Amino acid sequence: MKLTLQFIPFSAIEPLSSFKRITKILSMIGEDKILLMQGRLRAEEEADLIEETMRKIGKSKKFKGIELAVFSPKSSNLPIGIYIRKSIADLLVGQQDVLTVIGPASIVREIKKDPTKMQLLLKGK
Amino acid sequence: MVIKIIKNFVKRVFYNLFSIKRDIKLGFYGPPNAGKTSLANRLCKDWLGEELGKVSKIPHETREIQIKEKVEVKYNGKTLTLKLIDTPGIATKIDYEDFVKFGLSKKEAKTRAKEATKGVIESIKWLDDMDAVIVVLDATQNPYSQVNITIIGNLVARKIPVLIVANKIDLRKANIKRMESAFPEYDVVGLSAKFGKNLEEFYESLFKLVKKV
Repeated sequence: MKLTLQFIPFSAIEPLSSFKRITKILSMIGEDKILLMQGRLRAEEEADLIEETMRKIGKSKKFKGIELAVFSPKSSNLPIGIYIRKSIADLLVGQQDVLTVIGPASIVREIKKDPTKMQLLLKGK
Repeated sequence: MVIKIIKNFVKRVFYNLFSIKRDIKLGFYGPPNAGKTSLANRLCKDWLGEELGKVSKIPHETREIQIKEKVEVKYNGKTLTLKLIDTPGIATKIDYEDFVKFGLSKKEAKTRAKEATKGVIESIKWLDDMDAVIVVLDATQNPYSQVNITIIGNLVARKIPVLIVANKIDLRKANIKRMESAFPEYDVVGLSAKFGKNLEEFYESLFKLVKKV
């Protein structure tokens, strides 16, 4: 089985509108790619991404949804409250030290987070 | 989004300025099967004598917004009038085959999955209408899931006061310390909605929460 990890640099996402960002992400997920995105979406964009994901599940027989996780090397072990505040502050400077992993739920069963590592648990065939 | 935040802000200022008393819209948010409906039911049973919705071990039992108006909660001589809004669990994936594993027929599972996707969309849309939100999490699960972070992040962005409930503390695997360390900036109350455990602390925190509205 071939597995594609697609890296999306911050420069490729940053100039896009929220709608285009989400469309681009879901389009690549639809190609069964696991995305490693530099930076992260805003909280509202994450909610929009979930909404669009639900619409796509409703329309497609094959698409089951996404697995999503955000990793920040500097803040991965921070409490969530501080992490959220830091995330909002980081929006002003682009938050390029953060990595967002998004994969199709048909391939990625679970993403486990840990302060020092991440684990992608894949679905067995 | 920005227009909605401004609209809500103006509405709050207007109500405060003219001291208009209104019911506080209290939302129950969280991932599926965390116990949102169980907790809403507990409140409704305690103060209205009737339940709000059906609960089940099968995820996504609540697939539509459920509302109970004029719920009067009394604690320490004070009274709150709440409009309880129980929302479908928010998830990033829904697979009908997961429901088949719980014994549903393929047709039932597909219908449930379709309704569940609509429910998630509804939950997100209703975020803008809340005055305060109780985020209900399963204390036996990892609190750092992205869905939890997305829900809380969206409430922070909308300036909606949040109370975190770590439900299912009656279970052996429940880890309230892990919940508290994950959310040190928030009031975290551990309880069992099913068995009515630690509700005193919950009602105290609830009254503190609505003061922030």
